[in-house]
Amino acid sequence: MNRDTSAPPAPAGIDPRGPRVGAGITAFLLAVVVLLGASTAGLVLLGVVAAGFALGAVRGAQGTVQGWLFRTLVRPRLAPPAELEDPRPPRFAQLVGLVVTGVGVVLGLAGVLAAVPWAAGVAFVAAALNAVVGLCLGCELYLLGLRLRPARRTADPAPR
Amino acid sequence: MPTRIVVLVALLLLTVALGTLWRARQGRVRTAPARADLAIDWAARGVGLGERATFVQLSAQVCAPCRATARVLRDLAGREPGVVHHELDVEEHLDLVRELGVLKTPTVLVLDATGAQAARSSGGMTPAQAGHALAAALPAPAA
Repeated sequence: MNRDTSAPPAPAGIDPRGPRVGAGITAFLLAVVVLLGASTAGLVLLGVVAAGFALGAVRGAQGTVQGWLFRTLVRPRLAPPAELEDPRPPRFAQLVGLVVTGVGVVLGLAGVLAAVPWAAGVAFVAAALNAVVGLCLGCELYLLGLRLRPARRTADPAPR
Repeated sequence: MPTRIVVLVALLLLTVALGTLWRARQGRVRTAPARADLAIDWAARGVGLGERATFVQLSAQVCAPCRATARVLRDLAGREPGVVHHELDVEEHLDLVRELGVLKTPTVLVLDATGAQAARSSGGMTPAQAGHALAAALPAPAA
């Protein structure tokens, strides 16, 4: 029947399993950071994870080391995906990961090593949720962040 | 070290609890009536009502389940005469988002033939959930 065709054109899709496998690898690395605790080794590994998130925030989840591992090691062993996914949501999730781990790295470099396992713990829960049930925590929080913005252009002032 | 292992186990349990809770809530259809004072001028937002029912989906660009849900609802609207599906971007309809108290995307409203809200759902919807939501908006079949 009549459909709304106003949705914006989506960029070329990616295999939706890629970001989830990548999140699994990231969650593993973050678990190691938690085990390393407030130490220089933990800070270095958290820095590596944050650098990966930075790469993903710029190039998309498929442009990270985890994405490359998925393409070269995992996907050849899988059936083709049932459907492709828009790369923008996973890329936004990478940005959220960068913010969380970045805070830990910056505080760690500033001498607050105790922040390293905390940031890793928060990021671990988010990455593990993404890997296991496909929940993108950053995407869930996106609208809440948007609502904090002051009201701007409105199509129709609500009738009162 | 043992403390750290305990911490990691606690984080794992937290992850499992959050994941289970989240999954159970995805797409759950709520048919409680909307607030009585809520009168939204759908036509002014470019939402033309279907003859029998209308799906209004609030979506964000950064939302992967929104795409899958849009596909499910489009398919259903395509099969059911008099049922239409509209997708609104939350960034362009922030006032509507606030008025409706929408906290996450996708949020789907199902309007009956008069434009009154018959059901509402948040999170990715399965075809079964979409069918259930639509049934809430259609008059009970004359048996």
